[in-house]
Amino acid sequence: MKLEGKVWKYGDNIDTDVIIPARYLNTTDPVTLAAHCMEDADQSFAQNVQPGDIMVGGRNFGCGSSREHAPISIKGAGVSCIVAESFARIFFRNAVNIGLPILESPDAARDAQPGDTLSVDLVGGTITNQRTGQTYQASPYPPVVLGIINAGGLVPYTREILGIEITG
Amino acid sequence: MGKTLAEKIIAAHAQDVTDVSAGDLVTVRTDVVMANDITAPIAIESFNAMGVEEVYDSGSIMLVPSHFTPNKDIKSAEQARTLRQFADEQALCHRFRVGRSGIEHVILPERGLVLPGDLVVGGDSHTCTYGALGAFATGMGSTDIAFAMATGTTWLKVPETMRFVYHGQRQPWVGGKDMILRTIGEIGVDGALYRAMEFIGPAISALPMSDRLTMANMVIEAGSKCGFMPFDDVTREYVEARATRPYTAYFADDDAQYVSVHEFDLSEMEPQVACPYSPDNVQPISQVKPEQVDQVFIGSCTNGRLEDLAIVAGMLEQSGREFHPDVRVIIIPGSQAVYLDALRAGWLELFTLAGAAVSTSTCGPCLGGHMGVLAADEVCVSTSNRNFRGRMGHPDARVYLANPAVAAASGILGRVAHPDEL
Repeated sequence: MKLEGKVWKYGDNIDTDVIIPARYLNTTDPVTLAAHCMEDADQSFAQNVQPGDIMVGGRNFGCGSSREHAPISIKGAGVSCIVAESFARIFFRNAVNIGLPILESPDAARDAQPGDTLSVDLVGGTITNQRTGQTYQASPYPPVVLGIINAGGLVPYTREILGIEITG
Repeated sequence: MGKTLAEKIIAAHAQDVTDVSAGDLVTVRTDVVMANDITAPIAIESFNAMGVEEVYDSGSIMLVPSHFTPNKDIKSAEQARTLRQFADEQALCHRFRVGRSGIEHVILPERGLVLPGDLVVGGDSHTCTYGALGAFATGMGSTDIAFAMATGTTWLKVPETMRFVYHGQRQPWVGGKDMILRTIGEIGVDGALYRAMEFIGPAISALPMSDRLTMANMVIEAGSKCGFMPFDDVTREYVEARATRPYTAYFADDDAQYVSVHEFDLSEMEPQVACPYSPDNVQPISQVKPEQVDQVFIGSCTNGRLEDLAIVAGMLEQSGREFHPDVRVIIIPGSQAVYLDALRAGWLELFTLAGAAVSTSTCGPCLGGHMGVLAADEVCVSTSNRNFRGRMGHPDARVYLANPAVAAASGILGRVAHPDEL
């Protein structure tokens, strides 16, 4: 699967309180969460993000609270993929589990500038910066993570491994 | 080759294999699966979407309403009700209602529901607290929790382990909070990313359980997957009075492999403060500007235990002073049991007479939920665990993380203060 989107670039240690502040955690609705995504760091994000845009972070992206609302708000905002130098581990699992593509590539993340366009090949794990023409190889996923990604998230993956048919 | 605590506990819970090493991907059995009023609603949605009808084990799933309870608004009330309805439908054995409950990371150890050698996953990043008892305990998101509720298992990458050795005599007013803040200050907020942290040394052996819980609570603030205190007489004494079932103590091998070893000498260490806006922006208190404070919060899963309140009570009694009239001091015991013990000790009266607001147990202000949300440009000294921008309210509020003694001294003097200044 290939993605292409404009870069929203953020720095190191973007924490889940900044991604979605706790004052909005009295809902699980992706649309409501998306409307407040990143608002304490970048008020323009939720208003101007376009479907397919790509979020780029520095080190330890998604650190802090375990709130799954954080990747849900980013996915709900229309972001197609997150590229970062490194991810906090709970956030990494949460993004994979809800089917939000997430790629670790320190060089791609460092080189990307706001407004750049990135092309991402999720199958090959490559990221191309269209401004510079440079292509980067993201860190490969562990097999179990690949299984969850290929199933479309942990909910469909669980149905698969437990042999539960979708009904209704 | 010897094994770390993480390797031993994971191996004991692994399916299909009996021996594991750092880097291995394994499926493990879970002993306890926890979620709270923020993370459980999504976990329940995911559980239902998986099409699973019954939880794997109704005795091991603990849904604790703690963050926005007593319910702060209608939506929070509905989230808390979702937990109760699911607990009813699934006939969960353990119930945690307001008035008989508290902050999850205070009550689960307090009631002997998490034990040494357990493998615990929790829908809350501070689930790592239980490492103080020698459990492998780690935070996860809601859908991972749904999977564990459905199957009684989860997948893990066996972490590498960093070892932290503490020597020397703790100085007055220095406790577990200062030790872990100093440690996070040294290694940074991603200094233990994906790794386990083992704490040892003579100063750990001498450390009471409440301080051990405080230290293990904050390993996530260094990015760590889990942290471990050694099982010893302190653990045994704490656990044997409470254990609800048999448990197994594990010990790291002498020749276990560590990715790094970090040594700390406590003989010169003063109380530590994490300045805005990061838990690794740590300074000794003598180097922190004595800024005026608007609010002091004493409580949370980090420092809401009886021993924490005892420090505050002792300072008020010995100094004979009240809290500063310009400071809102909010004291929140971490559980109903802590509240009752503090009440019987006369401390809640002491706090109230000194000008503090004392509340029933909740996570409340720690995450800017309710019961003490900060306005723009306000300054707070808090005994909690995070001072990210916007964590406790307005993004321009400034939070200093400190131990209960520093928080109480700051509340009395109206500025960031050393307890010796009283």
